[in-house]
Amino acid sequence: MAVVEVRGLRKEFGDVTAVDGVDLQSEEGEFLVLLGPSGCGKTTLLRMIAGLEQPTEGEIMLGGEDVSGLPPRARRIAMVFQSYALYPHMTVANNIAFPLKAQGMDPEERTKKVEWAAGLFGIERLLQRRPRQLSGGERQRVALARALVREPTVFLLDEPLSNLDAKLRAAARDDLMEFQRRIGITTIYVTHDQVEAMGMGDRIAVMNHGKVRQLGTPEEVYHHPADVFVAQFLGSPPMNLLETPTYVFGFRPEQFLPEGIAESEGTRVPFTFHVNRIEYLGSERYLYGYIREYDETRVIAMLPATVTLPIAIDQDHKFSVAKDQLRFFDFDDGHKIAQQTLMR
Amino acid sequence: MTTTTATKQRYLGDNPRFLAGLFMSPAVLYIIALVGFPFVLAIIYAFTDISTGNPELEFVGWATFRRVLADPVFREALWNTFLFAVIANVMVVVLATALAEILVRDFKGKWLVRFLVLLPWVAPVSLATITWLWTLDSIFSPIDWVLRQLGLITENMYWLGQPGTAMTSVIAVQTWRIVPLAAVIVMAGLIAIPSDITDAVAVDGAGFWRRMFQVTIPLLAPIIAVAVLFGLILTISDMSVVYVLTRGGPTNSTQVLSTWAFIKGIEGGALAQGAAVALFLLPVLIAITAIVLRLARRREVM
Repeated sequence: MAVVEVRGLRKEFGDVTAVDGVDLQSEEGEFLVLLGPSGCGKTTLLRMIAGLEQPTEGEIMLGGEDVSGLPPRARRIAMVFQSYALYPHMTVANNIAFPLKAQGMDPEERTKKVEWAAGLFGIERLLQRRPRQLSGGERQRVALARALVREPTVFLLDEPLSNLDAKLRAAARDDLMEFQRRIGITTIYVTHDQVEAMGMGDRIAVMNHGKVRQLGTPEEVYHHPADVFVAQFLGSPPMNLLETPTYVFGFRPEQFLPEGIAESEGTRVPFTFHVNRIEYLGSERYLYGYIREYDETRVIAMLPATVTLPIAIDQDHKFSVAKDQLRFFDFDDGHKIAQQTLMR
Repeated sequence: MTTTTATKQRYLGDNPRFLAGLFMSPAVLYIIALVGFPFVLAIIYAFTDISTGNPELEFVGWATFRRVLADPVFREALWNTFLFAVIANVMVVVLATALAEILVRDFKGKWLVRFLVLLPWVAPVSLATITWLWTLDSIFSPIDWVLRQLGLITENMYWLGQPGTAMTSVIAVQTWRIVPLAAVIVMAGLIAIPSDITDAVAVDGAGFWRRMFQVTIPLLAPIIAVAVLFGLILTISDMSVVYVLTRGGPTNSTQVLSTWAFIKGIEGGALAQGAAVALFLLPVLIAITAIVLRLARRREVM
C-alpha cells in the first residue's frame, strides 16, 4: 500500500497540452476518482502514473519514492484497462499467471497465487477457458485478478466499467467497492461518468483542460463547487447559473422549489419562474423555463414525485431557493467567491 | 398496377443479378483466358506425348509422368525446390517479423527506411535479379572485392559457379525479394494488435523478449501464416530468380521444378513433359494453401 503523489506534472503531445501542471496527492488506501469530460487529460495522467507515458515535466512519487523515469514494471502498480486487454491466446489461468512469470516466480508458488487471485473474484471454474469464451463481467473479473495477483501497491483503473451493460455495471460497481474496502489498496479510478465517481470515490478530482479544477469528497464537489465548470459538470441536470453585472450565482435544480412546498420560508430567496415545458420522468418532474429578471438564461427545476402540486406551462410561478443553497462565482474567472447579497 | 410494374422493370441496371454478372465479367474473363485455359491445356498435355516436333494430341495415359519421375534431374529439382522453399521462407519469417517491429516504431528517417525495405518488392523481378547477377559475378563481384580488401579471401568466390554457393545465392536473393511483402503483411498484423494489450504487457512487467515470444508472435501467428502462404507460393511457382541467376546450374545443382518445367518444355520442346513437371506440385500447393488457411482461421487475433 502506498501513497501516490504527483508534483507539477505536465504532458505535451506536439502542440497539445494534455496535462497542464497537476499537483495531486492520494491518501493511504484511498479510492480516488479522476473525473472529467473526454479529452480532459485524466487518462494521460493515469498513464503517466503507470509509467506508460513519460511526463514532459514534473515528478511522480509512489510510496515516497521518485519513480518518474522508471518503466512500468519497476513501479509495483497494477492497471485495469477499458477493454480489459486480456491476452486472447492464453487461458484465464495463464493470463493471471503472466505477471508472475515476468517476475520469475517458480511454477509451484505461481499456481498457488493464481488460485488465490481467482478465488478472490470467484472465477476458479473459468481458469481453463479462453477470454473469448467469457462474458463481459467474467472478463472484468479476470482482468482484476490479473492486476492484483502480484499484490501491487497501487491499483489503477481506466474506465473499467464502461464496456459493461447498465445492469452488470451496477453489480460490478458493488463488487469493486467491496473488494477495494477489503484489501484497502490505494486506488486511482478514471471515469467520465459522474454517477460512478460520486458513488465510488472517497475523493474526486474533477479535471478539465489538463488541470485539476477541484479535489474533494463527493459532497464537497457537489455542494461546494470550486468554479463554474465543476458546478456545471456535476449534477444531472447541472447547476443553474445566472449572471449579474458583477458576479455569477447558481443553485441546484432540486433546490428550486415552488412556494408552499419548502419549509422555513424566512431564509429563502424568492424568484418568479416562467415555465415553458415540463418533462415527466416518473420519479421526478423537470420544469424548463426562465426567471423573470434573467430572461436570457434557461433554468431547470427538478421536482421529486412527492411534490404533486400541478404546474401550468406558459405561466409565471412563485419559486424559491434556500439562501444557504445559493453559490457565488467570480464574474471573470468563474472561481468560487464568498456569499453575496443578491442585487435586485 | 401495370404502370408500376412497367416502371420497375424499365432499366436493366436496376436488376442486381444482372449488375453483379456485368461487374464480375472482366475478372472472370481474365481468369478464364489467362489462368483457366492454360491450366486445362497443361492437364491435357501432361497425358499426351506432345512436343514441338510432333504437335499431335496423342493420349498416352500416365506414361509421361512415369518418364518425368524416372529422370534423375527431376528428383534433384524436387529436392532443391523443397530446400529452396523451406529455407527461404524460414528466413523470410524471421527477417519480416524483425523488420515489421522496426517499421512500426516512430523514429527520424522512418520514410527512408520504409522506402528501402519496399524497394526489392517494387523493382521488376528480372531487373532486380540481373543486378544480383552482376553483384555475384565471377570476376567483377563487388562482394568479392570487399572481402578481398578485408583480407578474408584471396581468390574470388565464384558465387554462382559452385553448387553450394550457387544454392546459397539463389536462396538469399529469393529471400531478399519476398521479405518486403511479408514485412508489410506482418506490419499490418502488428498495427492491429490493440494498444491496450501492449500497455498491459508493459504494466505486467514483461520485457522485450517475453513480449515478443509470449504475446506478439502468438497474436501474429495467423498473419504470419498468411505471409508464409504467399512466400511458399512465390518460391515454389516462380522461376525468375533461379532462371536469371543460374538457369538451374551448375550441373542442375540449383534446378527447381519451375525452371525444370520451363527448360524441359519450352527450351527443350518436350511440351508434355514440361506440363507434367509443372503440374507435379499442384496438389502440394493446394494442400499447403488449405492447411495454412485453416490454421489462420482457427487462431483469431482478437
